[in-house]
Amino acid sequence: MTVAAKDLTKDYKYGFNDGDEFVFRATKGLTRETVIDISRRKNEPPWMLEFRLKALDHFRQRAMPSWGADLSGIDFDDIYYYVRPADEQGRTWEDVPEGIKRTFDRLGIPEAERKFLGGVSAQYESEVVYHSIRKDLEKLGVLFSDCDTGLRDHPEIFRKYFGTVIPANDNKFAALNSAVWSGGSFVYVPKGVRVEVPLQAYFRINTESMGQFERTLIIAEEGSFVHYIEGCTAPTYSRDSLHSAVVEIIAMPGATVRYTTIQNWSNNVYNLVTKRAIAKERASVFWIDGNLGSKVTMKYPSIYLMGEGAHGEVLSVAFAGDGQHQDAGAKIIHVAPNTTSNIVSKSVSKGTGRTSYRGHMKVYPKAHNVRSSVRCDALLLDESSRSDTYPYMDIEAEDVQIGHEASVSKVGDEQLFYLQARGISEAEATAMIVNGFIEPFVKELPMEYALELNRLIALQMEGSVG
Amino acid sequence: MSEAGVSTLEIRDLRVAVEGKEILSGVDLTVPKGEVHALMGPNGAGKTSLGYAVMGHPKYQVTGGDIIWAGQSVLGKPPEERSRLGLFLSLQYPTAIPGVTTTNFLRAALKGQGKELPAREFLKLIRSEVAALKMDQSFMSRYINDNFSGGEKKRMEIVQMAILKPEMAILDETDSGLDVDALRTVADGVNRVRGDGMGILIITHYQRILDYITPDRVHVMAAGRIIASGGSEVVAQIEESGYDPMLRQAGIEAEAAASAAV
Ligand SMILES: Nc1ncnc2c1ncn2[C@@H]1O[C@H](COP(=O)(O)OP(=O)(O)OP(=O)(O)O)[C@@H](O)[C@H]1O
Ligand SMILES: [Mg+2]
Repeated sequence: MTVAAKDLTKDYKYGFNDGDEFVFRATKGLTRETVIDISRRKNEPPWMLEFRLKALDHFRQRAMPSWGADLSGIDFDDIYYYVRPADEQGRTWEDVPEGIKRTFDRLGIPEAERKFLGGVSAQYESEVVYHSIRKDLEKLGVLFSDCDTGLRDHPEIFRKYFGTVIPANDNKFAALNSAVWSGGSFVYVPKGVRVEVPLQAYFRINTESMGQFERTLIIAEEGSFVHYIEGCTAPTYSRDSLHSAVVEIIAMPGATVRYTTIQNWSNNVYNLVTKRAIAKERASVFWIDGNLGSKVTMKYPSIYLMGEGAHGEVLSVAFAGDGQHQDAGAKIIHVAPNTTSNIVSKSVSKGTGRTSYRGHMKVYPKAHNVRSSVRCDALLLDESSRSDTYPYMDIEAEDVQIGHEASVSKVGDEQLFYLQARGISEAEATAMIVNGFIEPFVKELPMEYALELNRLIALQMEGSVG
Repeated sequence: MSEAGVSTLEIRDLRVAVEGKEILSGVDLTVPKGEVHALMGPNGAGKTSLGYAVMGHPKYQVTGGDIIWAGQSVLGKPPEERSRLGLFLSLQYPTAIPGVTTTNFLRAALKGQGKELPAREFLKLIRSEVAALKMDQSFMSRYINDNFSGGEKKRMEIVQMAILKPEMAILDETDSGLDVDALRTVADGVNRVRGDGMGILIITHYQRILDYITPDRVHVMAAGRIIASGGSEVVAQIEESGYDPMLRQAGIEAEAAASAAV
């Protein structure tokens, strides 16, 4: 078993763990008592406990999804649902327990914070252990905290929006998250405020068999702008962990929200995430979603274009290595007229890796003059690699313009030869072709993340040839 | 003249097959350092295949003979190694690589050759070479060969050659598809590197490029082998009477000149 775990770590540089780092850990398995205990430890108001318990009922009643990836390996009884890593949340890195701080150092978070971020949140297991926001943003009334703090310190805003975009009974994993959620981010941007530097949240799983259920709620008031970035890693273990987040975004009229994910889970993590945004009149929402790693990912960021002139984009990249399945996609619902959307999905499968694109596009009868374009491209690196596309369209309006293009290609012999003939090794040539393939995605990222992504891809590519 | 030695390309009785089908059936050809040779011949004769085989394209299986570069057989070496040894092939149909900018491509190529330059020097070099081929600087940030016109692709091949400074280059119909001015620009580019003692094999169908770059020798290929070799007068003969007389002399039916016409 140890050997297997080591093998998995080969290409994954975040696979280290810190040993036991916690002050409290609930017993494994999910019971009513666990949920009550989590709520009590957090001193939550009664409505939240009620919300959690209802969600738990729903989770229990709801069957596992019969479509998508193979989830039969998940053992809900073999998971820690709540692990509290530290007593206090740090305001400076010195306040963070040494072992945990070292981990975030290794992940480069404090450095990134100094260089180009407006705020940082670092979640370890179930709780956010470090949090900061730049003073100038705070002065403008921007709120950025973990979700628990949002509930405690800003109950009026929080309760108004929490669970309105993704109700607890939306799907089995949203229900699970609603029952045991902890941590995540609460972001509130007041009217007209433009947050020009990104806010970043970093999610780290440390314990084996951990369940991480962060919850994120982003509210961008009229005419505001915010760019939120999340990154995720976990150690490599032989037992599986579960990451099941819920992210809700509300973009008020004229607001713009960019949500960027660079997920790089180790390949023993089931990553089952529900992400949904509501865009009001002339609002724009961008999901920029990079999925590397994990054992199985099921994630379909969605945007409900509720107000006239709203715009939504989902740009995603999925990279499935040996034994991994990235079942990702996008969902766009055009409810209002003159709304526009754009989906670009790029997937790369290597070895026995498998990618699936699952798209859902709906246009309501009253949504006149909708324009939408969908493009999904898959790149296969090996004979054993696999990719499937499941586009689903439900168009009830008449004057819509929808373009759909899909392609599946193999890394071409001619491209490889051309690069090699110029002195570039086969491995590097393959990485260049892959990086070129995902370039339309990468150029949407801030430079630091673009470099990081290229580096991660290069790591994944190592040993893929010769 | 054909002694094996430094920077001589020697192709000996080379046989090449693609997917089991023989395309080259015993090619003998030697290009010494500092000389320019031309390779002509009807469509489908095997000229491009020869270039690919020299460069190590995996589809072109060598089934017999040898390719010797600078005294050493290159058979079995991957293309990148051949490139690092100083061989260069300008493709008849250069490949596009979407998402990879010309600049990044060239940087990776130089790095692959162990000729990495400091950022500023590198940019200066590619700027001047792009300018020398009368290409706009915007090509540097475009994806290599992606949506380039035919002539632009050919010029970019010469830009690459000038930057990588190989010792032996095979230019596969680099002249085809070039307008008159571009042809002169490319020829100037070639003559510039020729002065450095490079060996060059120009594959072409037309005399016009050879008016600018005078070849030391001209070879004619048909049906997968060299059927005639000579001086510049061969080019004039071909211009005047086509390939038929040579083919007849070599005992090849005109239709069979293209080895795989069946
Ligand atoms: N990859 C390949 N697969 C199948 N047949 C091939 C392949 N490459 C070359 N051939 C065949 O081998 C023969 C020689 O082709 P080649 O491209 O070398 O000719 P050429 O002399 O360069 O012709 P042209 O003057 O038209 O460029 C042709 O009959 C061609 O169809
Ligand atoms: Mg040819």
